[in-house]
Amino acid sequence: MIKVENLTKKFAGQTAIRDLNFEVGQGEIMGFLGPNGAGKTTTMRILASFLPATSGRASIAGFDVFEQSLQARAHLGYMPENVPLYNDMRVSEYLNYRAALKSIPHRRVSERVGDVKELCGLREVENKLIRALSKGFRQRVGLADALLHEPDLLILDEPTIGLDPNQIRQVRELIKNLGRQHTILLSTHILPEVEMTCSRVIIINKGRIEACDTPENLLGRIRTAGGVTLEARVGADDAPTQLKKIAGVRDVSESEDDGWKILSLRVESGTDVRPEVFRLARDRNWEVRELTARRATLEDVFVEITHSDEAS
Amino acid sequence: MRKFYTLLSREVSSYFYSPIAYIVLFFFLFVSGADFYFQISFMNQRPVQYSVQEAFFNSIFFWFAFVLIFPLITMRSFAEEFKLGTIEPLMTAPVRDWQVVLAKFFGAVIFYVVLWVPTLLYFAIFQYVTHQTAAGSFGAYWGSYLMLLLLGMFYISIGCFASVLTRNQIIAAVISFCAITLHFFSGLITFIVTEISSTMRQVLGYFSALEQMATLSRGEIDTRPIVLYVSLTMVMLGLTYQAFQTRKWKL
Repeated sequence: MIKVENLTKKFAGQTAIRDLNFEVGQGEIMGFLGPNGAGKTTTMRILASFLPATSGRASIAGFDVFEQSLQARAHLGYMPENVPLYNDMRVSEYLNYRAALKSIPHRRVSERVGDVKELCGLREVENKLIRALSKGFRQRVGLADALLHEPDLLILDEPTIGLDPNQIRQVRELIKNLGRQHTILLSTHILPEVEMTCSRVIIINKGRIEACDTPENLLGRIRTAGGVTLEARVGADDAPTQLKKIAGVRDVSESEDDGWKILSLRVESGTDVRPEVFRLARDRNWEVRELTARRATLEDVFVEITHSDEAS
Repeated sequence: MRKFYTLLSREVSSYFYSPIAYIVLFFFLFVSGADFYFQISFMNQRPVQYSVQEAFFNSIFFWFAFVLIFPLITMRSFAEEFKLGTIEPLMTAPVRDWQVVLAKFFGAVIFYVVLWVPTLLYFAIFQYVTHQTAAGSFGAYWGSYLMLLLLGMFYISIGCFASVLTRNQIIAAVISFCAITLHFFSGLITFIVTEISSTMRQVLGYFSALEQMATLSRGEIDTRPIVLYVSLTMVMLGLTYQAFQTRKWKL
């Protein structure tokens, strides 16, 4: 559905993205991750034909976004960052206007506008001025607009930014449901969201693709796959040194809470050190109140990938 | 065509959603109404060689108001979309650049025409009160309003061009105000610089909006200003289109 080849974009001497290559297949939900300024918005704007690329090619549904931009745009529902809207229009009026711009046949306009209002929960504000809407509703108007012409592909730039937890949950559900019929490329900072919704993830940093895989594979790939937390009273023992002797433990950090030692262990991927830790605690007569394994999250992947780059 | 019509109706209605429209309408009707009143009072005192209609369209008062309205009408057309970022959803919808440029231009032209409609009432009221015709001939109406439309289209195209260059409405207004006044007052050179040859005077006269208005408001329909302003408008719209496309340049 999306095909990107050697895409490069330079702004006045600065390279925003360099040599991007990726493909998004029909029906995939692709997450697009990266720190601020990594080039996510730039890439999305190029795909939406809003910005030209300096070199390289990109196509949507087989149409080049630059040469056949009009056809490419007809297949695309795009929701820009911060959702700019005409403040002086009413919600229904705006959606009708957008429907006409997107060449939805006259007889289907009211049906489609009604459908997206229903889908995005806009019924209660349909006659309000856009200027008077809260951030969450503006976001939904943007999403409704992107969905109007039933595009094959949705590109959503930070669809959940600025929403409260309930709204985030609603939008996430909505995106998941949309993924059944549409291909989706979405950028976000909220990593748990990506883990829950996306079938594949691209991590981009400083204009380069650092990783492109399924969330599960990404988690498996990183070295610090997870950790174990032990909370115990260890008496006079030097707990960190003893814990480090256990095979698989890479690092131990300690802190204290109310006389209890909180020991965080970083471990090699694919090893479970909990039985060993338990045995040690039993042998040394430590009083244990918690022993838990923490699963690695995409956040760990993200931090590791984007930080290792900074170090080099 | 439907997309163009959709864009156009959005443009026209956006004028009437904003307070600027009503302020411009009020200001313009106030100034032109005062002008009309003073012209008639003046004519009431002694016999003159021209019609009410000629006097109205050729007074300094009138022209002062005239050059001022264009920056006010056109400054927001593109600049506001750039500033609010609404240009992004607009241009990522399947619309062509020229559709947007023409919609913005004709939207402003329609608002400008609406601005002029009430002035027809002045002449109607004059006729009703005095039982005399305000103009020398029917052609004089055609001529004056045709000239207003032609010059208006040209100045609106200058305003659109200024607006596409920046995201700041004030800067757009200043650029278009300077360009429009410069063009307009270049027609006055012959009044200021007296020591020029008659050929030069004639050449400058072709470009003088004041002289063209004087001719047309007498009811003489001259085709030269028609060709001049239609082609100048097309040039400015071409430049606007090119400037609008710069965002697509591969730098």
